[in-house]
Amino acid sequence: MHKDTGSGGPSTPSGPTARLRRRRGPNEVPPEADKANGSHLLVNDRNKYKSMLVRAHSSVWMIGGFAFIIYMGHLYIWAMVVVIQIFMAKELFSLLRKAHEDRRLPGFRLLNWHFFFTAMLFVYGRILSQRLVNTVTTDKVLYKIVSRLIKYHMVTCYFLYIAGFMWFILSLKKKMYKYQFGQYAWTHMILIVVFTQSSFTVANIFEGIFWFLLPASLIVINDIAAYIFGFFFGKTPLIKLSPKKTWEGFIGASVATMISAFLLANVLGRFQWLTCPRKDLSTGWLQCDPGPLFKPETFAVPEWFPEWFPWREISVLPVQWHALCLGLFASIIAPFGGFFASGFKRAFKIKDFGDSIPGHGGMTDRMDCQMVMAVFAYIYHQSFVVPQSLSVEMIMDQILMNLTFEEQRALYMKLGQIVEERQFGES
Amino acid sequence: MKEEGQLSKMGDGRTGASVAVSEYQRLEKQVAGLNCEQKQHSPPLPSTPTNRIRQRRRSKSLEVLPDPSKLNGGNLLVHDQNKYRSMWIRTHSSLWMLGGVILILYLGHLYICAMVVVIQILMASELFQLRRRVHEDKQLPGFWLINWYFFFTAMLYVYGRILSQQLVNTVTSDQFFYRLVNSLIKYHMVICYFLYTAGMVWFILTLKKKMYKYQFGQYAWTHMILIVVFTQSSFTVANIFEGIFWFILPAFLIATNDVAAYFFGFFFGRTPLIKLSPKKTWEGFIGGSVATVVAAFLLANILGQFQWLTCPRKDLSTGWLHCDPGPLFKLEYYAFPIWLPEWIPWKGVSVLPVQWHALCLGLFASIIAPFGGFFASGLKRAFKIKDFGDSIPGHGGFTDRMDCQMVMAIFAYIYFQSFVLPQTNSVEMILDQILRNLSFEEQERLYTMLGQIFKGQQIVHP
Repeated sequence: MHKDTGSGGPSTPSGPTARLRRRRGPNEVPPEADKANGSHLLVNDRNKYKSMLVRAHSSVWMIGGFAFIIYMGHLYIWAMVVVIQIFMAKELFSLLRKAHEDRRLPGFRLLNWHFFFTAMLFVYGRILSQRLVNTVTTDKVLYKIVSRLIKYHMVTCYFLYIAGFMWFILSLKKKMYKYQFGQYAWTHMILIVVFTQSSFTVANIFEGIFWFLLPASLIVINDIAAYIFGFFFGKTPLIKLSPKKTWEGFIGASVATMISAFLLANVLGRFQWLTCPRKDLSTGWLQCDPGPLFKPETFAVPEWFPEWFPWREISVLPVQWHALCLGLFASIIAPFGGFFASGFKRAFKIKDFGDSIPGHGGMTDRMDCQMVMAVFAYIYHQSFVVPQSLSVEMIMDQILMNLTFEEQRALYMKLGQIVEERQFGES
Repeated sequence: MKEEGQLSKMGDGRTGASVAVSEYQRLEKQVAGLNCEQKQHSPPLPSTPTNRIRQRRRSKSLEVLPDPSKLNGGNLLVHDQNKYRSMWIRTHSSLWMLGGVILILYLGHLYICAMVVVIQILMASELFQLRRRVHEDKQLPGFWLINWYFFFTAMLYVYGRILSQQLVNTVTSDQFFYRLVNSLIKYHMVICYFLYTAGMVWFILTLKKKMYKYQFGQYAWTHMILIVVFTQSSFTVANIFEGIFWFILPAFLIATNDVAAYFFGFFFGRTPLIKLSPKKTWEGFIGGSVATVVAAFLLANILGQFQWLTCPRKDLSTGWLHCDPGPLFKLEYYAFPIWLPEWIPWKGVSVLPVQWHALCLGLFASIIAPFGGFFASGLKRAFKIKDFGDSIPGHGGFTDRMDCQMVMAIFAYIYFQSFVLPQTNSVEMILDQILRNLSFEEQERLYTMLGQIFKGQQIVHP
């Protein structure tokens, strides 16, 4: 009901909340509502043009808002991720709730939010603990408090979880067992899905906005390219789950995504604001040595290139090769996140996950592919990017950041022993 | 099959032996796919190895024990001859179990891990079975493979993380293996992620029209099962390699709590505890708590004297262990205060510091761990099943035995990581990183740089 906005209403309300919701624009929807094979061609439907105008309008708002947040910095991006997360969780929590049973279980919904809060504490505590410590190094009292909290962070979260667990068991009511257990399992699945990807997103952000912005943009580009290619060339259906997707759209989008990944990485990689990691929770400007990945390397153009090609040399940032891998994943595997969501909606006979975004369904509809991509980006970054740049300087940084003075001394002694033993053994 | 269920639990007038035997027979018949209704008397229970293995875990957590015997008022246990016989059977199997566990403990860390893995596999197959519906399964050939595929991926991921350091230490002698293992560990996360993604893609490609809901339900159920099973078993294995003490003490405390709660309820039980498990009583609960805490204190003292139990295992070998047990396991002597009467023979008591930790473990085991049992009871009532499985005759499935253990294993791991182990971590971790990721020249360079910093400027941190 929300997707075929045939009645192209006038510009969607642009209050702050609406702008917030629409920030994630038309990621996945365009092919479904508008690409029909054969009969109803898009060109013949005036209303579809109007709806495309509305969608373009909201995309512009979204991109503008997004760029604004990027400009503001890491903390604000994090805040945006948290807000999106809350909306997604809210949608998903209310999805399988049944009003009749809910009336007989007062306060049961609180349990969901208790677990949500615990999960948030756990996940962000782990990721941001080091940066939190770095922020408060100047103040002694706060430093001690924060260090202590971090030391017992796992226990705290565990006990919060156990408290929720016990609360759940004590609230079990006869004849409602099945519903309550179902809700409990559903809560866990939702929280795991939502928090895995958002925690990885936040971890990526603090490694450098580049590693958040590039994957997200690639997903958007993939969707738009798939839409356009399908619009003009779409003939063979791709998968039964999403009948409006076509092979032509898929393949065309893959090629387009990989090319744009290569170019976009070059463009984005020049800004220090995007490539420098953030070591604490401040909001000022960043300056850093971007590392070997972002230093241009020049390759001479091979001889068989035609003469009219103006450049004889190409300067490539090494990170562009990584971007190719990200683009490949974004075009081939990330759409399966969308298929999963579609199948899920069909299974439970729901049209959309929610209706917070007018014209596009809920927040989860927008984020389904992004979630798969965020997890992959994090794992890729940790496995292939970080070890390459794990140099002596980085470990020095870690030592100076993580260890107290006495521990640094202890490390120095131990390392000295090992080095001396090795030298002694070799001589 | 299930409602004919664990007769010993429902406590009708059957002899214990025939109960156990008929359970075994029913199990066989179930395997043959027949509907079993008749219980027959037959020769005593064959003690084949498989049977013994099943019995080994029989009354690990004797949570069920109170059920048939502790009734408030009416049918007192003492009046029922058959209950005595069933208690005899249960004691018999407990002894077998205890013997088996001691044997495994003697054999060492690797064998305990193997045991944990086997229990895990049995639990997972019980739980996978639970929600499967035969009718739908016929239309989806090969769908059950996905479950086991995810199981394999989870196992690779979890044990890869926990045992990576131990694995590296095992192969340091062989150059080729060392490099191979190192690179596998480096890309471990990626490998597991791709395996998982492949599984997800496979799942999506097998979605069949009109079966969506069933398939998604199975998918979610699989994830929940794997998370529950692997969290606790991974923490258990991590604890084992830190020292068998940290595995055997919590497990034993749970068993003690169950046995103590049973006996206290047996003799004094009057006030019901919770609607979910109507046979549990407050007297049993409190008596069990006190007994568990006392037992924890004493047991830690006994177990802490053995180096085999307290030393951590740094690699995957199976030989004997010698180590410096650390300050936790060195006796400290407390002299009694003077105002104690003279006839008490001991002038002081020597306490291992670890006994105070054991008190906390005991407290948790008696107060919070039973909620794992309540959760399992509630789950069974919600889905109207009598037991999670019937691999253990007389006690249901492995999950029934392990429900409280799971909660305890997680707590033991978190407790250990937070309160027992905090100091040595970061220096070791960074040292490991240095040794693993940097070449020899880079390590020496790091060393000289550190030296310069110490000689030169002051560090900011106090």
